[in-house]
Amino acid sequence: MQVTSSVREPLVTGGKTVHDVTEDICRQVEGKPTKSWMLGMAISLATLGIGAYAVFMLLWEGIGVWGLNKTVGWAWDITNFVWWVGIGHAGTLISAILLLFRQKWRMSINRAAEAMTIFAVICAACFPGLHMGRLWVGFYWALPLPNTWGSLWVNFNSPLLWDVFAISTYFTVSLVFWYIGLIPDFASIRDRAKNKVSKAVYGALSFGWDGAAKTWMRYESVALILAGLATPLVLSVHTIVSFDFATSVIPGWHTTIFPPYFVAGAIFSGFAMVLTLMLVTRKLFKLEDYITINHIELMNIVIIITGSIVGIAYITEFFIAWYSGVDAEQYAFMNRAFGPYAWAYWSMMTCNVISPQLFWVKKIRTSIAATFILSIIVNIGMWFERFVIIVTSLHRDYLPSSWAMFYPTFYDVGVYLFTFGLFFTAFLLFAKFFPVINMAEVKSIIKSSSLKRNN
Amino acid sequence: MENNKHFVLGVYDDEDVLLTAIKAVRESGVKIHEVYSPFPVHGIDEALGYKRTRLPIAAFLFGLLGTTLALTMQVWMLGFDWPMIIGGKDFVSLPPFIPVTFELTVLLSALGMVGTFMIVSDLKPYKQPRIFDVRITDDKHVMAIDLSANNLAKDDIKKIVSSSGAGEVNDKDFED
Repeated sequence: MQVTSSVREPLVTGGKTVHDVTEDICRQVEGKPTKSWMLGMAISLATLGIGAYAVFMLLWEGIGVWGLNKTVGWAWDITNFVWWVGIGHAGTLISAILLLFRQKWRMSINRAAEAMTIFAVICAACFPGLHMGRLWVGFYWALPLPNTWGSLWVNFNSPLLWDVFAISTYFTVSLVFWYIGLIPDFASIRDRAKNKVSKAVYGALSFGWDGAAKTWMRYESVALILAGLATPLVLSVHTIVSFDFATSVIPGWHTTIFPPYFVAGAIFSGFAMVLTLMLVTRKLFKLEDYITINHIELMNIVIIITGSIVGIAYITEFFIAWYSGVDAEQYAFMNRAFGPYAWAYWSMMTCNVISPQLFWVKKIRTSIAATFILSIIVNIGMWFERFVIIVTSLHRDYLPSSWAMFYPTFYDVGVYLFTFGLFFTAFLLFAKFFPVINMAEVKSIIKSSSLKRNN
Repeated sequence: MENNKHFVLGVYDDEDVLLTAIKAVRESGVKIHEVYSPFPVHGIDEALGYKRTRLPIAAFLFGLLGTTLALTMQVWMLGFDWPMIIGGKDFVSLPPFIPVTFELTVLLSALGMVGTFMIVSDLKPYKQPRIFDVRITDDKHVMAIDLSANNLAKDDIKKIVSSSGAGEVNDKDFED
């Protein structure tokens, strides 16, 4: 028997029974798409279309169509890559780390957050691929394939190669974790299906799940071990992403603080994206009883914590640059804050350091409108963080004669739009055809955490 | 009576009633075929007398395989098959090999364990499961008792199941 403290807020409100959970979640899957969903889909597909044109031109003409130059060889592409990977981190944090800590409030948000992870990692992976210019040779440039394919073995000393392994492992493990969780819910939809097609499709997707106690026992064991594996994995992924910069000798990048600072930043931006998505999903799908103000508040608290870690990291970085006494390092940081990209630096500081502090006020962190606006501001700030780190460290090269500025072209913006289109199209498809809340997990806490059953 | 075709089903609404019912039914000497639930019920494995799953061991062994493969691959490729001078570093140096080794350990451990889980639990896309009651994936817990595995008469079993707190007691017969 599960006992939950009576002072704790119920995780599911509205006096839901186990059967209500099935009804509420399956209704979205079984019903016709709503007008707002169609509208969202149309906008996403239009964005995807514009983006696809930019991607096609990029592949056709080569990466010269981007605004990169001899000095600034990395700009929006890597900024967007790191930004998307970072967003993905919240999904794994919610589903794996909170599972290990037995935080039950994760249960109504983990499914959608994990879906977000998977789509965000796909979007992230587009950028290193496209940056190679020739996407189709990427496989044998990046994978250790035999020499007869045209290259020597890959360089295992390079953090860029570590990225290949980290991102692909992260994607695969997240996908498997997500799918294992979906199987019992697909079985619920299969058993309710009225027409042949959905019975066959969800039957295949459910892998013949029958809910046997023995399978549940194994399932729980698998979920726990996957969580145990995914936890160090997610920390390793952004650590390795930060190595792309930290192992170099570029002033502004060559910093040992990068791994923890990047991981905190990733969770920070990821939670902001989860909030942006969940606030909309909650409203459109009428899930207010499952994703309560309590959930929103808890996520906002994670944002305060990680946002403050990021803020401290910015200040520490600046302090260490001064304290190191290295001229180049000091110059890089002074140039960041007061040079030609000062506007980007101060946008980053405002969005990431100051704005999340507003959540200390209970009224703000329990307000849906304020949370929605701040969640978007945080992600704008996190995009600027990567832009600041990448571009300001590069644009003042070692020789003043090679100093340059970076100006994005239509194709820089277009490829970014492409990933937005891809992300939202995938998320909307997920929200329509897959159960957006993990029914089986939520059902298991109904008895201890629902209002009606407690009284 | 043929094997595995005729069942008595006890349908329960509440997981705590179910747990005491499992104990009561087993104590009265009835063998339970399996219990089906919409969500994982804690303590059900002990109540049914199931041994702990050995899947964690599988995960560990697959992880070990990943570590070994990753280290062997990197040392052989860069150390022996085609040594290259990269920034004057040693051909075989352990620290830069750790990230890839870690990732492959996690990858093989996760995939190996999930693969083993799929195989031992017989989960596959083209499987047609035996559905004892469609409400299992909604809100009911169902205890299935195989008549061919028990010596007691059907009516006696039904009485035992009914008195254990089952909301309904049903018959279920399969053709195949």
